Amino acid sequence: MSSSDYAISARGLGKAYTIAHNAAKHTTAAEAIVHRIKNPFETAQRETFWALKDVSFEIKRGDVVGIIGRNGAGKSTLLKVLSRITEPTTGEAVLKGRVGSLLEVGTGFHPELTGRENIFLNGAILGMTRREINAHFDAIVDFAGVEKFLDTPVKRYSSGMYVRLAFAVAAHLNPEILIVDEVLAVGDAEFQKKCLGKMKDVAQGGRTVLFVSHNMQAMAMLCSSAMLMRRGQIEYQGETTETITKYLATFGADREVAQDIERRGGTGVYRFTEVTPAKDLFSCNENKEFRFALERRKPGDCPFWLSAHIVDQAGVVITQCDSRVINRWPPDDDAQEGTFQISSPWLKPGTYRLDLYICAYGWGVVDAYEGACGFEISPVLPYAQAVPAEALERGLVLSSFDWQSGPLAVRASDEPPYDTVLLGG
Amino acid sequence: MIAPHWFKLQTMNLAVSHDEPSSALDAASLRTTVIRPTSGWAALNLPEVWQYRDLLLTLAMRDVKLRYRQTALGVIWVILQPLIAAAIFSFVSKIGHFSTDGVSPFMFTYAGMLGWNAFASTLTKSSMCLVGNSQLVSKIYFPRLVLPLSTVFSTLIDFGVGLSVMIVLMPLNHASPSLLALVTLPFWLLMLVFLAMGIGLFAAALTVTYRDIQYILPVFTQFFLFASPVFYSATSIHSHNLQFAYYLNPISGLLQGFRWSLLGAGSVSPIAVLYSVVFVAAAFILGVVGFRNMERGFADVI
Repeated sequence: MSSSDYAISARGLGKAYTIAHNAAKHTTAAEAIVHRIKNPFETAQRETFWALKDVSFEIKRGDVVGIIGRNGAGKSTLLKVLSRITEPTTGEAVLKGRVGSLLEVGTGFHPELTGRENIFLNGAILGMTRREINAHFDAIVDFAGVEKFLDTPVKRYSSGMYVRLAFAVAAHLNPEILIVDEVLAVGDAEFQKKCLGKMKDVAQGGRTVLFVSHNMQAMAMLCSSAMLMRRGQIEYQGETTETITKYLATFGADREVAQDIERRGGTGVYRFTEVTPAKDLFSCNENKEFRFALERRKPGDCPFWLSAHIVDQAGVVITQCDSRVINRWPPDDDAQEGTFQISSPWLKPGTYRLDLYICAYGWGVVDAYEGACGFEISPVLPYAQAVPAEALERGLVLSSFDWQSGPLAVRASDEPPYDTVLLGG
Repeated sequence: MIAPHWFKLQTMNLAVSHDEPSSALDAASLRTTVIRPTSGWAALNLPEVWQYRDLLLTLAMRDVKLRYRQTALGVIWVILQPLIAAAIFSFVSKIGHFSTDGVSPFMFTYAGMLGWNAFASTLTKSSMCLVGNSQLVSKIYFPRLVLPLSTVFSTLIDFGVGLSVMIVLMPLNHASPSLLALVTLPFWLLMLVFLAMGIGLFAAALTVTYRDIQYILPVFTQFFLFASPVFYSATSIHSHNLQFAYYLNPISGLLQGFRWSLLGAGSVSPIAVLYSVVFVAAAFILGVVGFRNMERGFADVI
């Protein structure tokens, strides 16, 4: 590759944030001044946190590159640096071509303005000139499907319409380099499909796209190569499927720090102290087991039950598993452990979150442990046939089912229909 | 253990084919952006602000359009607000027996309010613009100066409407400024707006870290409404020492001049004006430089 061929080249990019320790963060000037006067010689205990560290890569013109990584891996920081929203602390990046970035759908939309006004406003904010917006106006309206409501303030739009309009404007942004953060997680399945299609068009137009998503299916479909980020660094860069495999293997390697136990919701008489999935990667149709421990942290007594929610990436509760409905009531021991098992429905490949609750009549919620643990469903499907994505994309879950059909059996007792002769010859 | 057949399939069926880049994307014509940490003084970079003029205008139009959405009287408020304010303050002026340089208290106050509002509204809007648009600041790149600058438009439109009302009222009150005086009006207006913008830019940048400014600024503005010759003439102050202190406030000289150009009444002290001009220039330059240098941290802190 000749050196003039790249669209983005980064060398040693780093972004550091300083986090103040112990010393309270001052949000008012007076606080800061008073603190300074009281402690004139104090050097604040500061820790430097590198959100990005020594990131180097080159992206060829016309490539569609996905960035994969868990939350906090530095993906968004990298996009922010490349879109010039924030300055890097170290290193350098060179971008060749007009850069358009879409870090959030609908940035700058104003609820009081009409759909038409917001198209122009949002377009200008995303860096389109008035002429470009005029040229694409009809296409935008058509894509969003909001013709009838063009002159209605967007605060009266349904959330679906709002998102559609916002994405439609962004989709018609035509820069040479497009930087896109997780924006496909919005809208219904139908619209997501449309968005993916649009992204594919953009990619095929010879533009360079840098794309962050947790949607591995979209990744695999759109990207020609991918980068795996972990703890602010690029851990792997290569072919998309290879990178996704590497990404999935990182699960379990670094578990996220548990939430501060006393800051969780609920009265706190009992609290979950530990929740772990038996595996970090379950296959779609296997029995999924989670181990937990809970303990009494305050005096109190009341029969309680346990409840689990399985939540998908879009925040939809796929299923609620309440121990009441199967008449299971935990004992009143101060420290307990147990398992939660779920074998149906079949969860679609992807990342899920388990929310656990302890509830009691009279007390309401005792412990609300949202995000007790995360787990991943392997993309290997339980069905015998490999099929294109559209065979599976509808619906929230997969299921075990069967189809049977054969030639119509002639039953002796049936009267032959009047036209049998005609049809049967 | 993860068989990648599923991915293979996806990429086979739907793989992105890469057409040759079109001639429009010719490497030679591409704009090159270099991103690296900056240090030292930030350059003003006005050409870049000019590149973003479409955004500046669109944001300005947004503010104008939004002003009186969902109000029954709509644009009439632009006319009513200064009229009502002038009526109230001319009443205060009357019962306080303040000097109004021989002009009717209402006309005197109205002219004063016109200038004062241009100052106060520029200051308030520009100082609030970053925090009020924090979503834009943290998600989109654009020269941040665009935001405060875009707020000036709605102030100028209000001023234009207010001035038209003034022109209608002038013959009724037999106000007769000389042509020479009238010609200087843009100068006074510009000075007031620049002063407010200079302070506003600095305040806006500080507000990103310290929200206290939001609460200090209205108090500050209110104080100067009374400490400036808005509804009374500077000649109402008799003590010589006090007059000197009074003219330390750069708004005093400017407002006196502003009103003189509209009504032909009162006196303009050249020394006071010179002082104000120097003050305005210093405040504006400090404001812009301060803003540009604090700008780097905006997206991280806001």
